[in-house]
Amino acid sequence: MIAALICVASLAALLQFFMAHSRAVIAVYRRSELSEQVREVAGIEGQNVSSEQFGRLVQLVRLCPQKSDDQTDLKVVGVYYRMMGVLRSVGRAFSSRISAWAESERSACAYFAAVALDRRIANSRDLLAQQMGEN
Amino acid sequence: MLGPFDYVIWVTSFLAELYVVVWALTQKQFLRNISLNVYILAVALQSAVLYPLLRHYGAASLQYRYTYYYTDSLLIIFLYFVIMRFYKEMFREMHVGKYVQGASAMLLTATALFSYIVIHQNKDHLTSRFVVELGQNLYFVGVVLTYLLWGAIVKLKETRARLVQLVLALGIYFSANAAAYAMRNLFPGLQANFLRFIPPVMGAFLPLAWAYTFTRVPEKAKLETARVVAPGLPVQQHS
Repeated sequence: MIAALICVASLAALLQFFMAHSRAVIAVYRRSELSEQVREVAGIEGQNVSSEQFGRLVQLVRLCPQKSDDQTDLKVVGVYYRMMGVLRSVGRAFSSRISAWAESERSACAYFAAVALDRRIANSRDLLAQQMGEN
Repeated sequence: MLGPFDYVIWVTSFLAELYVVVWALTQKQFLRNISLNVYILAVALQSAVLYPLLRHYGAASLQYRYTYYYTDSLLIIFLYFVIMRFYKEMFREMHVGKYVQGASAMLLTATALFSYIVIHQNKDHLTSRFVVELGQNLYFVGVVLTYLLWGAIVKLKETRARLVQLVLALGIYFSANAAAYAMRNLFPGLQANFLRFIPPVMGAFLPLAWAYTFTRVPEKAKLETARVVAPGLPVQQHS
Protein backbone atom coordinates (compact mmCIF):
# COMPACT_ATOMS: atom_id res chain seq x y z
CA MET A 1 0.00 0.00 0.00
CA ILE A 2 2.74 2.46 1.02
CA ALA A 3 4.82 1.42 -1.99
CA ALA A 4 1.85 2.07 -4.30
CA LEU A 5 1.29 5.54 -2.81
CA ILE A 6 4.99 6.40 -3.08
CA CYS A 7 5.03 5.13 -6.66
CA VAL A 8 2.04 7.26 -7.74
CA ALA A 9 3.23 10.39 -5.88
CA SER A 10 6.78 10.04 -7.24
CA LEU A 11 5.59 9.53 -10.82
CA ALA A 12 3.37 12.61 -10.52
CA ALA A 13 6.31 14.63 -9.13
CA LEU A 14 8.59 13.28 -11.87
CA LEU A 15 6.12 14.38 -14.52
CA GLN A 16 5.88 17.85 -13.02
CA PHE A 17 9.64 18.26 -12.62
CA PHE A 18 10.26 17.03 -16.16
CA MET A 19 7.63 19.41 -17.59
CA ALA A 20 9.12 22.35 -15.67
CA HIS A 21 12.62 21.38 -16.84
CA SER A 22 11.49 21.20 -20.49
CA ARG A 23 9.59 24.49 -20.22
CA ALA A 24 12.68 26.13 -18.69
CA VAL A 25 14.72 25.04 -21.72
CA ILE A 26 12.03 26.28 -24.12
CA ALA A 27 11.67 29.60 -22.24
CA VAL A 28 15.36 30.38 -22.76
CA TYR A 29 15.05 29.84 -26.54
CA ARG A 30 11.72 31.70 -26.67
CA ARG A 31 13.56 34.98 -25.98
CA SER A 32 15.37 34.78 -29.34
CA GLU A 33 13.89 36.34 -32.46
CA LEU A 34 13.99 34.25 -35.63
CA SER A 35 16.13 35.59 -38.45
CA GLU A 36 14.72 36.18 -41.92
CA GLN A 37 17.07 33.53 -43.25
CA VAL A 38 15.67 30.74 -41.08
CA ARG A 39 12.11 31.86 -41.85
CA GLU A 40 12.91 31.50 -45.54
CA VAL A 41 14.64 28.13 -45.17
CA ALA A 42 11.91 26.64 -43.00
CA GLY A 43 8.99 28.42 -44.70
CA ILE A 44 7.84 30.14 -41.51
CA GLU A 45 5.38 33.02 -41.72
CA GLY A 46 4.43 35.31 -38.82
CA GLN A 47 5.58 35.04 -35.19
CA ASN A 48 4.34 31.53 -34.42
CA VAL A 49 5.69 28.29 -35.79
CA SER A 50 3.21 25.52 -36.57
CA SER A 51 3.58 22.51 -34.26
CA GLU A 52 3.58 20.17 -37.26
CA GLN A 53 6.87 21.69 -38.42
CA PHE A 54 8.77 20.37 -35.40
CA GLY A 55 9.87 17.13 -37.08
CA ARG A 56 11.03 18.87 -40.26
CA LEU A 57 12.89 21.55 -38.28
CA VAL A 58 14.69 18.92 -36.18
CA GLN A 59 15.70 17.13 -39.40
CA LEU A 60 17.12 20.41 -40.73
CA VAL A 61 18.94 20.99 -37.42
CA ARG A 62 20.56 17.56 -37.77
CA LEU A 63 21.82 18.47 -41.24
CA CYS A 64 23.85 21.37 -39.80
CA PRO A 65 27.23 20.82 -38.10
CA GLN A 66 26.74 20.00 -34.43
CA LYS A 67 26.82 22.72 -31.83
CA SER A 68 27.98 21.31 -28.52
CA ASP A 69 25.47 23.09 -26.30
CA ASP A 70 22.11 22.17 -27.81
CA GLN A 71 22.24 18.37 -28.12
CA THR A 72 20.77 17.67 -24.67
CA ASP A 73 18.16 20.41 -25.08
CA LEU A 74 17.03 18.89 -28.40
CA LYS A 75 16.60 15.48 -26.77
CA VAL A 76 14.68 16.88 -23.78
CA VAL A 77 12.37 18.98 -25.95
CA GLY A 78 11.88 16.04 -28.36
CA VAL A 79 10.57 13.90 -25.49
CA TYR A 80 8.39 16.80 -24.27
CA TYR A 81 6.97 17.30 -27.79
CA ARG A 82 5.98 13.63 -28.01
CA MET A 83 4.50 13.77 -24.51
CA MET A 84 2.39 16.76 -25.50
CA GLY A 85 1.29 14.85 -28.63
CA VAL A 86 -0.07 12.08 -26.39
CA LEU A 87 -1.72 14.64 -24.09
CA ARG A 88 -3.32 16.39 -27.07
CA SER A 89 -4.80 13.09 -28.31
CA VAL A 90 -6.05 12.18 -24.82
CA GLY A 91 -7.30 15.75 -24.28
CA ARG A 92 -9.45 15.60 -27.43
CA ALA A 93 -11.56 12.93 -25.75
CA PHE A 94 -11.95 14.75 -22.42
CA SER A 95 -11.39 18.50 -22.63
CA SER A 96 -10.75 20.88 -25.49
CA ARG A 97 -8.83 23.17 -23.07
CA ILE A 98 -6.22 20.50 -22.35
CA SER A 99 -5.97 19.73 -26.05
CA ALA A 100 -5.50 23.41 -26.95
CA TRP A 101 -2.86 23.84 -24.24
CA ALA A 102 -0.94 20.77 -25.44
CA GLU A 103 -1.08 22.14 -28.99
CA SER A 104 0.34 25.52 -27.87
CA GLU A 105 3.14 23.65 -26.08
CA ARG A 106 3.90 21.71 -29.28
CA SER A 107 4.09 25.05 -31.13
CA ALA A 108 6.53 26.32 -28.50
CA CYS A 109 8.63 23.17 -29.13
CA ALA A 110 8.57 23.93 -32.88
CA TYR A 111 9.69 27.52 -32.15
CA PHE A 112 12.52 26.08 -30.03
CA ALA A 113 13.60 23.89 -32.98
CA ALA A 114 13.49 26.92 -35.31
CA VAL A 115 15.76 28.91 -32.95
CA ALA A 116 18.12 25.91 -32.67
CA LEU A 117 18.25 25.79 -36.49
CA ASP A 118 18.90 29.53 -36.60
CA ARG A 119 21.80 29.19 -34.16
CA ARG A 120 23.29 26.27 -36.06
CA ILE A 121 23.09 28.14 -39.37
CA ALA A 122 24.81 31.15 -37.76
CA ASN A 123 27.42 28.80 -36.27
CA SER A 124 28.04 27.16 -39.69
CA ARG A 125 28.41 30.57 -41.29
CA ASP A 126 30.99 31.57 -38.65
CA LEU A 127 32.90 28.32 -39.20
CA LEU A 128 32.93 28.89 -42.96
CA ALA A 129 34.10 32.48 -42.54
CA GLN A 130 36.82 31.28 -40.19
CA GLN A 131 38.01 28.63 -42.69
CA MET A 132 38.01 31.12 -45.54
CA GLY A 133 39.98 33.55 -43.38
CA GLU A 134 42.59 30.85 -42.68
CA ASN A 135 42.96 30.09 -46.40
CA MET B 1 27.79 -9.55 -15.08
CA LEU B 2 27.92 -5.98 -16.26
CA GLY B 3 27.37 -5.28 -19.95
CA PRO B 4 28.72 -2.50 -22.20
CA PHE B 5 25.73 -0.28 -21.30
CA ASP B 6 26.56 -0.47 -17.58
CA TYR B 7 30.20 0.42 -18.25
CA VAL B 8 29.23 3.39 -20.46
CA ILE B 9 26.89 4.71 -17.75
CA TRP B 10 29.53 4.16 -15.08
CA VAL B 11 32.30 5.94 -16.99
CA THR B 12 29.97 8.79 -18.02
CA SER B 13 28.81 9.45 -14.47
CA PHE B 14 32.35 9.20 -13.08
CA LEU B 15 33.64 11.71 -15.65
CA ALA B 16 30.72 14.07 -15.00
CA GLU B 17 31.36 13.89 -11.24
CA LEU B 18 35.02 14.63 -11.80
CA TYR B 19 34.11 17.52 -14.07
CA VAL B 20 31.78 19.13 -11.49
CA VAL B 21 34.46 19.02 -8.78
CA VAL B 22 37.27 20.24 -11.05
CA TRP B 23 35.01 23.02 -12.36
CA ALA B 24 34.20 24.10 -8.79
CA LEU B 25 37.90 24.11 -7.88
CA THR B 26 38.99 26.07 -10.95
CA GLN B 27 36.17 28.60 -10.53
CA LYS B 28 36.96 28.89 -6.81
CA GLN B 29 33.40 27.80 -5.98
CA PHE B 30 34.23 24.60 -4.11
CA LEU B 31 33.56 26.03 -0.65
CA ARG B 32 30.54 28.02 -1.81
CA ASN B 33 28.79 24.81 -2.90
CA ILE B 34 30.51 22.65 -0.31
CA SER B 35 27.60 20.25 0.35
CA LEU B 36 27.11 19.62 -3.38
CA ASN B 37 30.82 19.03 -3.97
CA VAL B 38 31.16 16.77 -0.93
CA TYR B 39 28.21 14.75 -2.22
CA ILE B 40 29.80 14.46 -5.67
CA LEU B 41 33.13 13.39 -4.12
CA ALA B 42 31.29 10.81 -1.99
CA VAL B 43 29.59 9.40 -5.11
CA ALA B 44 32.96 9.14 -6.84
CA LEU B 45 34.35 7.39 -3.74
CA GLN B 46 31.40 4.98 -3.78
CA SER B 47 32.19 4.09 -7.40
CA ALA B 48 35.84 3.53 -6.45
CA VAL B 49 34.83 1.21 -3.58
CA LEU B 50 32.19 -0.69 -5.53
CA TYR B 51 34.32 -1.45 -8.57
CA PRO B 52 36.81 -3.83 -6.84
CA LEU B 53 33.89 -5.52 -5.04
CA LEU B 54 32.17 -6.02 -8.35
CA ARG B 55 35.30 -7.46 -9.98
CA HIS B 56 36.05 -9.73 -7.03
CA TYR B 57 32.62 -10.94 -5.94
CA GLY B 58 30.30 -10.12 -8.87
CA ALA B 59 27.10 -8.04 -9.14
CA ALA B 60 24.89 -10.75 -7.62
CA SER B 61 27.00 -11.19 -4.47
CA LEU B 62 25.74 -10.10 -1.07
CA GLN B 63 28.97 -8.16 -0.45
CA TYR B 64 28.40 -6.01 -3.52
CA ARG B 65 24.64 -5.59 -3.05
CA TYR B 66 24.74 -4.61 0.61
CA THR B 67 27.66 -2.22 0.09
CA TYR B 68 25.79 -0.69 -2.85
CA TYR B 69 22.48 -0.21 -1.04
CA TYR B 70 23.86 1.01 2.29
CA THR B 71 26.34 3.46 0.74
CA ASP B 72 23.49 4.62 -1.50
CA SER B 73 21.35 5.32 1.58
CA LEU B 74 24.23 7.30 3.07
CA LEU B 75 24.56 9.29 -0.16
CA ILE B 76 20.87 10.20 -0.06
CA ILE B 77 21.45 11.72 3.39
CA PHE B 78 24.34 13.70 1.87
CA LEU B 79 21.87 14.91 -0.75
CA TYR B 80 19.56 16.19 2.00
CA PHE B 81 22.35 18.60 2.92
CA VAL B 82 22.49 19.73 -0.70
CA ILE B 83 18.75 20.44 -0.58
CA MET B 84 19.21 22.36 2.66
CA ARG B 85 21.93 24.40 0.96
CA PHE B 86 19.45 25.25 -1.79
CA TYR B 87 16.84 26.23 0.82
CA LYS B 88 19.40 28.50 2.43
CA GLU B 89 20.28 30.01 -0.95
CA MET B 90 16.58 30.47 -1.69
CA PHE B 91 15.81 32.26 1.57
CA ARG B 92 19.13 34.14 1.72
CA GLU B 93 17.55 37.54 1.30
CA MET B 94 14.95 36.83 3.97
CA HIS B 95 17.71 36.26 6.56
CA VAL B 96 16.28 32.99 7.80
CA GLY B 97 19.58 31.08 7.55
CA LYS B 98 19.57 30.07 11.21
CA TYR B 99 16.05 28.59 10.88
CA VAL B 100 17.14 26.60 7.83
CA GLN B 101 20.17 25.36 9.79
CA GLY B 102 17.88 24.40 12.67
CA ALA B 103 15.56 22.56 10.28
CA SER B 104 18.57 20.75 8.72
CA ALA B 105 19.75 19.62 12.15
CA MET B 106 16.24 18.42 13.02
CA LEU B 107 15.90 16.60 9.71
CA LEU B 108 19.23 14.87 10.16
CA THR B 109 18.36 13.83 13.71
CA ALA B 110 14.93 12.58 12.60
CA THR B 111 16.45 10.62 9.70
CA ALA B 112 19.14 9.10 11.92
CA LEU B 113 16.54 8.18 14.57
CA PHE B 114 14.15 6.73 11.99
CA SER B 115 16.95 4.71 10.36
CA TYR B 116 18.15 3.46 13.77
CA ILE B 117 14.64 2.36 14.78
CA VAL B 118 14.01 0.65 11.44
CA ILE B 119 17.41 -1.11 11.44
CA HIS B 120 17.06 -2.06 15.11
CA GLN B 121 13.65 -3.62 14.44
CA ASN B 122 14.93 -5.49 11.39
CA LYS B 123 18.39 -6.45 12.64
CA ASP B 124 17.56 -10.16 12.42
CA HIS B 125 16.51 -9.97 8.81
CA LEU B 126 18.39 -7.20 7.02
CA THR B 127 17.35 -8.67 3.71
CA SER B 128 17.55 -7.16 0.26
CA ARG B 129 13.81 -6.37 0.51
CA PHE B 130 14.55 -4.31 3.60
CA VAL B 131 17.32 -2.29 1.92
CA VAL B 132 15.06 -1.62 -1.05
CA GLU B 133 12.32 -0.37 1.28
CA LEU B 134 14.79 1.82 3.17
CA GLY B 135 16.05 3.27 -0.13
CA GLN B 136 12.49 3.84 -1.31
CA ASN B 137 11.61 5.75 1.89
CA LEU B 138 14.78 7.85 1.86
CA TYR B 139 14.31 8.76 -1.81
CA PHE B 140 10.70 9.67 -1.12
CA VAL B 141 11.72 12.04 1.69
CA GLY B 142 14.02 13.61 -0.91
CA VAL B 143 11.07 13.98 -3.32
CA VAL B 144 8.99 15.72 -0.63
CA LEU B 145 11.83 18.07 0.37
CA THR B 146 12.60 18.97 -3.25
CA TYR B 147 8.93 19.43 -4.05
CA LEU B 148 8.53 21.82 -1.12
CA LEU B 149 11.60 23.70 -2.31
CA TRP B 150 10.17 23.87 -5.84
CA GLY B 151 6.90 25.16 -4.37
CA ALA B 152 8.84 27.92 -2.56
CA ILE B 153 10.68 28.79 -5.80
CA VAL B 154 7.38 29.15 -7.65
CA LYS B 155 5.62 31.02 -4.85
CA LEU B 156 8.46 33.48 -4.30
CA LYS B 157 8.95 33.85 -8.07
CA GLU B 158 12.63 33.00 -7.86
CA THR B 159 14.38 34.07 -11.07
CA ARG B 160 17.90 32.68 -10.69
CA ALA B 161 18.06 30.28 -13.64
CA ARG B 162 20.99 28.30 -12.24
CA LEU B 163 19.26 27.59 -8.93
CA VAL B 164 16.03 26.64 -10.73
CA GLN B 165 17.85 24.21 -13.05
CA LEU B 166 19.85 22.63 -10.20
CA VAL B 167 16.67 22.05 -8.17
CA LEU B 168 14.72 20.65 -11.14
CA ALA B 169 17.52 18.18 -11.90
CA LEU B 170 17.46 17.09 -8.26
CA GLY B 171 13.68 16.70 -8.40
CA ILE B 172 13.89 14.49 -11.49
CA TYR B 173 16.64 12.40 -9.84
CA PHE B 174 14.76 11.85 -6.57
CA SER B 175 11.34 11.19 -8.09
CA ALA B 176 12.61 8.77 -10.76
CA ASN B 177 14.56 6.79 -8.14
CA ALA B 178 11.70 6.78 -5.60
CA ALA B 179 9.31 5.57 -8.32
CA ALA B 180 11.79 2.89 -9.44
CA TYR B 181 12.30 1.61 -5.88
CA ALA B 182 8.54 1.60 -5.19
CA MET B 183 7.82 -0.21 -8.48
CA ARG B 184 10.46 -2.74 -7.56
CA ASN B 185 8.57 -3.43 -4.33
CA LEU B 186 5.29 -3.70 -6.22
CA PHE B 187 6.48 -5.62 -9.29
CA PRO B 188 9.72 -7.50 -8.51
CA GLY B 189 9.55 -9.14 -11.96
CA LEU B 190 10.30 -5.82 -13.67
CA GLN B 191 13.66 -5.46 -11.90
CA ALA B 192 15.85 -7.58 -14.18
CA ASN B 193 14.86 -6.11 -17.54
CA PHE B 194 13.77 -2.56 -16.80
CA LEU B 195 13.99 -1.15 -13.28
CA ARG B 196 17.63 -2.05 -12.71
CA PHE B 197 18.66 0.50 -15.35
CA ILE B 198 16.92 3.49 -13.71
CA PRO B 199 19.21 4.14 -10.67
CA PRO B 200 22.46 4.06 -12.72
CA VAL B 201 20.93 6.18 -15.51
CA MET B 202 19.71 8.69 -12.92
CA GLY B 203 23.12 8.45 -11.20
CA ALA B 204 24.67 9.65 -14.46
CA PHE B 205 21.89 12.17 -15.16
CA LEU B 206 22.37 14.18 -11.95
CA PRO B 207 26.10 15.01 -12.28
CA LEU B 208 25.62 15.54 -16.04
CA ALA B 209 22.74 17.96 -15.47
CA TRP B 210 24.68 19.80 -12.78
CA ALA B 211 27.80 19.92 -14.97
CA TYR B 212 25.70 21.33 -17.82
CA THR B 213 24.03 23.91 -15.54
CA PHE B 214 27.29 25.13 -14.02
CA THR B 215 28.96 25.41 -17.41
CA ARG B 216 26.15 26.73 -19.61
CA VAL B 217 23.88 28.73 -17.29
CA PRO B 218 25.63 31.93 -16.18
CA GLU B 219 25.31 32.76 -12.49
CA LYS B 220 23.49 36.00 -13.28
CA ALA B 221 21.07 34.43 -15.80
CA LYS B 222 17.41 35.05 -15.03
CA LEU B 223 14.41 32.89 -15.76
CA GLU B 224 10.76 33.81 -15.40
CA THR B 225 9.41 31.03 -13.18
CA ALA B 226 5.85 31.70 -14.34
CA ARG B 227 6.86 30.52 -17.83
CA VAL B 228 8.18 27.25 -16.42
CA VAL B 229 5.19 26.18 -14.34
CA ALA B 230 2.43 24.26 -16.09
CA PRO B 231 -1.03 25.88 -16.05
CA GLY B 232 -3.35 25.18 -13.18
CA LEU B 233 -0.92 26.52 -10.60
CA PRO B 234 -1.72 30.01 -9.25
CA VAL B 235 1.48 31.65 -10.52
CA GLN B 236 0.58 30.94 -14.15
CA GLN B 237 -2.60 32.99 -13.84
CA HIS B 238 -0.63 36.16 -13.05
CA SER B 239 1.67 35.84 -16.06
